[in-house]
Amino acid sequence: MSESHQLELKTTPLTQWHVDHGARMVNFAGYQMPVQYSSILAEHAATRNAAALFDISHMGRLRFEGPRAHELLDYLLTRRVTDIPTGAVRYSLMCNEMGGVLDDVLISNLETPSSRHFFLLVVNASNREKIVKWIGPHLADYPDVVCNDVTESTAMIAVQGPRSAEIVGKLFAPRVVELAYYRALVVDQMHKPCIISRTGYTGEDGFELIVRAEDAGRVWENLLLAGRQHAITAAGLGARDTLRLEAAMPLYGHELSEEMDPITCGLGFAVNLKDRVFIGREALENRRSRPLGVKRIGLRLAGKRAAREGASLIDSDGRTVGHVTSGTFSPTLQYPIAMGYIASELAIEGTAIDVDIRGSKATAEIVTLPFYRRV
Amino acid sequence: MNPEDLKYNVSHEWVGLIEENGEQVAVVGITDFAVEQLTDLVYMALPAVGTRVKAGQEFGEVESVKAVSALYSPVDGEVIASHEELVDNLETLGSDPFGQGWIIKVRLENVTSLDGLMDRAAYLQQCADA
Repeated sequence: MSESHQLELKTTPLTQWHVDHGARMVNFAGYQMPVQYSSILAEHAATRNAAALFDISHMGRLRFEGPRAHELLDYLLTRRVTDIPTGAVRYSLMCNEMGGVLDDVLISNLETPSSRHFFLLVVNASNREKIVKWIGPHLADYPDVVCNDVTESTAMIAVQGPRSAEIVGKLFAPRVVELAYYRALVVDQMHKPCIISRTGYTGEDGFELIVRAEDAGRVWENLLLAGRQHAITAAGLGARDTLRLEAAMPLYGHELSEEMDPITCGLGFAVNLKDRVFIGREALENRRSRPLGVKRIGLRLAGKRAAREGASLIDSDGRTVGHVTSGTFSPTLQYPIAMGYIASELAIEGTAIDVDIRGSKATAEIVTLPFYRRV
Repeated sequence: MNPEDLKYNVSHEWVGLIEENGEQVAVVGITDFAVEQLTDLVYMALPAVGTRVKAGQEFGEVESVKAVSALYSPVDGEVIASHEELVDNLETLGSDPFGQGWIIKVRLENVTSLDGLMDRAAYLQQCADA
């Protein structure tokens, strides 16, 4: 049923806390990570109704400095970097020449309290090594740009849920709580530097904090203390996945891969072709005028059985017309949901489609994404 | 059923023998340890009455928010009862795994199919080693 991997897994500054608090630990992208503490359903509900704390230190964090850092990043990313104002965060893709997605990332333009400018690129844990390698040769073309992988020397913590602002407000200055969505600040409270942004991967309001590894334990404990009256709970990767799926956020390795382009994935908003040169531009321009013939869709299934990754979508003539990339039983909606790709002509809301779940058919309906949107 | 008197599959199913209408019947369920490991159960698929099951073969599945797990029969025989009420009351699996949480009843083809199963002590050792 479950196996414990005793390979040489990497730890985060909070791994011991997770183990001490009864988390079930799994190998995720080479990291020993908590999948759940008590129950995915309880952690999911806490995030939707109040607040939860996630250790997301496995995410890769790359810091770029230098007068032309913005130019290099602009060339590497599908979205314009040169006009990102200080204190802003953008969701973007990094593509190869064919327009295949190498990773989906967050790029921030930041300034330290001592007025040093830098860019922060947050990448998926599973892609970090690949991205660092990919950037290497391009970095050589920009000798004045320095890229530091600060993943290991820092920790990353997400506070997510409707009570996040109140909780963060107890520990940080008002200007932190006043951050707008997709805005970020570097604060230096009591000589403990912290990058804090109003971002997240749950579909709720929330913040993501990057702190020095040695400060992680204290920040984590302080957040738990600050959130005690709201019954804040630590939440694992299990709830993180059900939450992001309800919010229809793509996950690399599922909805996204090098075989998939952002246009087909429905991420055209994160591709800016106007007056820019970047890797993958030509391919993506082509894709815009000549779509691939499949589209990303959301499915609501009848019954209680969830369609998992790889399940085939079957039309009324019995033909396979698509497949599921992620699926689960939605804790908020109380029915099974899934995302996947289907032939474009069938990608119409309300269309009925069968899903082959391990040999037996379940009926499903194509529905609007996201499945869940906070009020 | 008393957990001490049951036999156990490596895959965490239990089986106990009872007398019903003058014949020996095997009652099959899953252990408290299995239910705790699975957590957040949302769905269960049971075999129809009359289905033939074989020891080590899948007879149903139980699904949690996170994943699907197959249920493996500990015995050979024919399903004579499937606990359909469980499907809408999955919490019973956690609250009374060895009693009201029973899953199927099987008319045994041969009692020897129980020989390869673990007793309580061996099963608890397996859980401790997990």
